[in-house]
Amino acid sequence: MITNYIYLTVIFPLIGFLINGLLGPKIKNEKTIGIIGSGVVGIAFIISLLAFFELLGLPAEERKVIVPLFNWISVESLNVSFSYQVDQLSLIMALVVTGVGFLIHVYSIGYMHGDKGFWRFFAYLNLFIFMMMNLVLADNFVLMFLGWEGVGLCSYLLIGFWYDRKFENSTTADAAKKAFIVNRIGDFGFLLGMFLIYKTFGSLNFDEVFTLAGKIPVAEVTITLITIFLFIGATGKSAQIPLYVWLPDAMAGPTPVSALIHAATMVTAGVYMVSRASVLFVQSEITMMIIATIGALTAIFAASMGLVQNDIKKVLAYSTISQLGYMFLASGVGAFTAAIFHLMTHAFFKALLFLGAGSVIHAMHEEQNIKNMGGLKHHLPTTYKTFLVASLAIAGIPPLSGFFSKDEILWETFATGYTFLYLIGLVTAFMTAFYVFRLFNLTFEGKPRYPSHIHPHESPKVMTIPLIILAILSAIGGFVGIPAVFVGESGNLFKNWLNPVYEPAEMFLLHVSLHSHATEILLMVISVAIAISGILLARHFYLQNIKPIEWLIDKFNRLYKLVFNKYYVDEIYNFLFVNPIVKFSEKFLWKINDTIIIDGFINGTAEMIDEIGKRIRKVQTGIAQFYALIMIFGITLIIFLLLL
Amino acid sequence: MMHMKHYLLTLTIFLPLIGAILLLFINSEKKNLLKYFALAVSALTFLISLGLFFGFRDNQVGFQFLTKIEWIKSLNISYHIGIDGISLLLILLTTFLTPLTILSSWESIKHRVKEFLFFFLVLETGMIGVFASLDLLLFYIFWEAMLIPMYFIIGVWGGENRVYAAIKFFLYTMFGSLLMLVAIIALGVSAMEKLGYFTTDYTLLKTISPTLVHSTQLLMFLAFALSFAIKVPIFPFHTWLPDAHVEAPTAGSVILAGVLLKMGTYGLLRFCLTLFPQISIELAPYLSVLGIIGIIYGALVSMVQPDMKKLIAYSSVSHLGFVVLGIFALTVESNQGALIQMINHGLSTGALFLLVGMIYDRRHTRLISEFGGIAKVVPIYSTILLIVSLSSIGLPGLNGFIGEFLILIGAFKSSTLNSHWYAAFAATGVIFAAVYLLWMYQRVVFGKLENPHNKELKDLNKREIGLLIPILLFIVWIGIYPSTFLNKSELSIKSILKEVNSQKIELIKR
Repeated sequence: MITNYIYLTVIFPLIGFLINGLLGPKIKNEKTIGIIGSGVVGIAFIISLLAFFELLGLPAEERKVIVPLFNWISVESLNVSFSYQVDQLSLIMALVVTGVGFLIHVYSIGYMHGDKGFWRFFAYLNLFIFMMMNLVLADNFVLMFLGWEGVGLCSYLLIGFWYDRKFENSTTADAAKKAFIVNRIGDFGFLLGMFLIYKTFGSLNFDEVFTLAGKIPVAEVTITLITIFLFIGATGKSAQIPLYVWLPDAMAGPTPVSALIHAATMVTAGVYMVSRASVLFVQSEITMMIIATIGALTAIFAASMGLVQNDIKKVLAYSTISQLGYMFLASGVGAFTAAIFHLMTHAFFKALLFLGAGSVIHAMHEEQNIKNMGGLKHHLPTTYKTFLVASLAIAGIPPLSGFFSKDEILWETFATGYTFLYLIGLVTAFMTAFYVFRLFNLTFEGKPRYPSHIHPHESPKVMTIPLIILAILSAIGGFVGIPAVFVGESGNLFKNWLNPVYEPAEMFLLHVSLHSHATEILLMVISVAIAISGILLARHFYLQNIKPIEWLIDKFNRLYKLVFNKYYVDEIYNFLFVNPIVKFSEKFLWKINDTIIIDGFINGTAEMIDEIGKRIRKVQTGIAQFYALIMIFGITLIIFLLLL
Repeated sequence: MMHMKHYLLTLTIFLPLIGAILLLFINSEKKNLLKYFALAVSALTFLISLGLFFGFRDNQVGFQFLTKIEWIKSLNISYHIGIDGISLLLILLTTFLTPLTILSSWESIKHRVKEFLFFFLVLETGMIGVFASLDLLLFYIFWEAMLIPMYFIIGVWGGENRVYAAIKFFLYTMFGSLLMLVAIIALGVSAMEKLGYFTTDYTLLKTISPTLVHSTQLLMFLAFALSFAIKVPIFPFHTWLPDAHVEAPTAGSVILAGVLLKMGTYGLLRFCLTLFPQISIELAPYLSVLGIIGIIYGALVSMVQPDMKKLIAYSSVSHLGFVVLGIFALTVESNQGALIQMINHGLSTGALFLLVGMIYDRRHTRLISEFGGIAKVVPIYSTILLIVSLSSIGLPGLNGFIGEFLILIGAFKSSTLNSHWYAAFAATGVIFAAVYLLWMYQRVVFGKLENPHNKELKDLNKREIGLLIPILLFIVWIGIYPSTFLNKSELSIKSILKEVNSQKIELIKR
């Protein structure tokens, strides 16, 4: 059984990392490096695919295989292994990671052409895939955490890839450091979650913990704490309020990195983790409510910032945060399948949007401001067409993939009774359609606004072919999850495949199912109408008449400034946390407590002893017997005191 | 063969000393011969200590490689040595690091080479002796003996302020160890009452000490603990450390951080816990709090240091805070974690000091502000510095994580501490570690290469790479497969905890 060799999907990227990382400077040849780098990921994809078909051939209840490799940490009852779990959920993730990952690797061969860090880039990308595969295939929390922190490291390395460049008001290195540290704050939550799980269930192994979680009674407060801690970890990795601040800055990295790590895969790790531990999460109503609320708020909050950004990658970054918010909204209302479905379709169309943006940036000689673009559709026909597909998909136009997944989330939110959150989701859907077509029109349509010495040209095949494949996936990827309204319960392939994973969790969910087909179809019509109006409005304003927008900006200038400056959240964090801690550490802890108080005491004592010594010197009589007497006296006294 | 095994431990302890004495007969002008000789001696010591590692039986309770020779008959003081899994790992750390540090000072020590190497080898004997002694007086003698070469290493080969730093180091630790001596003698005297004769034998004393009057135990515990706390150092006894580190030559810093500090935590684990189990349980929360303060305080102060060496010195305070917490959480997980963290700290911080030393050799400054963008000129250096920093940050897959994770998870479930807050506060250290190390890394390695002095920086040479690679190897090994080492110490840790916890049951009974 090929499934038993699933660890090869982890090992091959590692081999790629080692070859390119250690021998890269010697190999030099871009082609060789690129083929090795992409090849190992391609192999991992094929193995995942074979495993998928193998599992498909098995009855549903046998679709879970544990592949142990070797023992990692074993002390007392703590037993953690390098051991991989193949099931419906981890395979979906593995396919997305290696599949989309492979395409982005190939694309990078063209995009990174000529960069002196070419080998380093591919080494890091392979390391990323290695870590990500550990994350999704782990059969225990600790190994998952290894992947979790490991992808954070790769993100750090790749954001700071061009380590000597400026980025906005600071540097790429600053952005990288920020990403790592904010993620670490989340990881702190993840760690506490693990500790509490270990204390409560005596294990950190998924199987053992989840089986016990359904059986033994655990205090609600404990489960709530565990899940909140884990969710804190998720807000870090998946850029949710309040820890989303690192993701916009992560755009300092090369664009394929933004596509792979900061859109398609790594940032979805939090969604995956919640899904994986669903049986824990559903046992705490409070946590579920928090997740749904944070998700919805993040969705709309980030979308609002996306409306006004002018940097092509920044718009997409806020869009990613917003879409991740949808996934958490889904998880919070118990619609885990919908969350993973959207995770997958989002991986397709968002990777495509980013790669398309990369193609544009490439053609525009590193220009990223959409105000300085326009009319690019004539010069970049393939990029234009594929970008259009992705934009329609994210806007939620049927029958493209984004429509099915986003609609399922909205429907489930409504159906479980979260009407207010549903409305937020709906407004966000409108904003999404608007900002993505604002971006699209400003970039590709209209008249050129760039200097005449720039002659944009379409990217080479090695870049456009991945675009085309992703466009196909973005277009048809939704068909695996057609709502039951149309095809009946057995017709939703995606749901049928994933459902067994959530069975233990389902028992705890109180389904207030409003199973009215008419309502469902009505809601669908509403969201499509909303999406279309967003698209048309954007088209009208940005192609025909910009005046109303200018009037709005002028009229609500303060609000515009507030949103444009991202609500000053970075500044607030700096003012509240970063600066006080640094100042306190330097001015008080170091320069006062250590230097003046403690050392002052020590040096003062030393001086005092010196002074006393000068006086006592007079006692030095030079008679040995006298010294001996004093010594015996002293020792006797001390021993006497001790034995008292 | 059995005969051989009998003397293996003694040989490991004294081989460096013999080497040091032989070294004196070599002409001090022949610097290369001196260096090669010292390197060979320390390398041979490492090879012999491997014999200990492979001869050690994981599944055997108690001390192994025992040797007991009467020494001062009238006082029943004997040359009693032996090792369990804990001392085994620390001895290996010592014998592993010593040749590397000698290699690291190959070019940087230019004057009085002979004396330098002499002191280094004497130091090694002292350190190994500390970890192998089973007689408290013997332990004390090794402990003090080691102080002298270290004092000279800082005071003679150190930086500008070396005399102040050396004296501060000496006085601080001397103060602590005198109290320990008093406590050792007092323990011996109390043995007189119970056994009828004076002794400083650890294996005998630990059967007596828990039966002493509570207040006596408390005083003795404090005397020992204070001496160890200064060595670790535990907050607020840490201020000698940054000075000593900054002034010490690189090799001195490496040994200081790598091994000497561990003698403090080793003392807490070996002597404080088993001699005074009841007091250990009672004071565990207080010592844990001091450990946690050390974790956070060390990290925060480290963050704002302008000097790389001082930054790393303060990070030691933070890392050893974890070890102290691990010891006094009194669970198998946390104690195993504490031990592996001692090894980790020796490797990672040792390597960090080596790396800072290497850049100092080139630029004669350690100020962070003097650097920036050096990744361009010294890529190998930058890569190794990154890996070591990540190990120190506790990235899973590298060694630091194993130690911190076990300590924290143990502290979290500890019934002695009985509160989640200890681990929760301590875990913030995980965030801060990323802050101070990555911030330093960013300012030194990333950015634009602007300082003209850095444009000609040479990357690491073969000798430097060669001495770092073994450390990197262990950083990854412990990170991926810590069982090699955890297995050695598991039984020893368990038996210590059994002794401590038996007192806990007594406490509850009363």
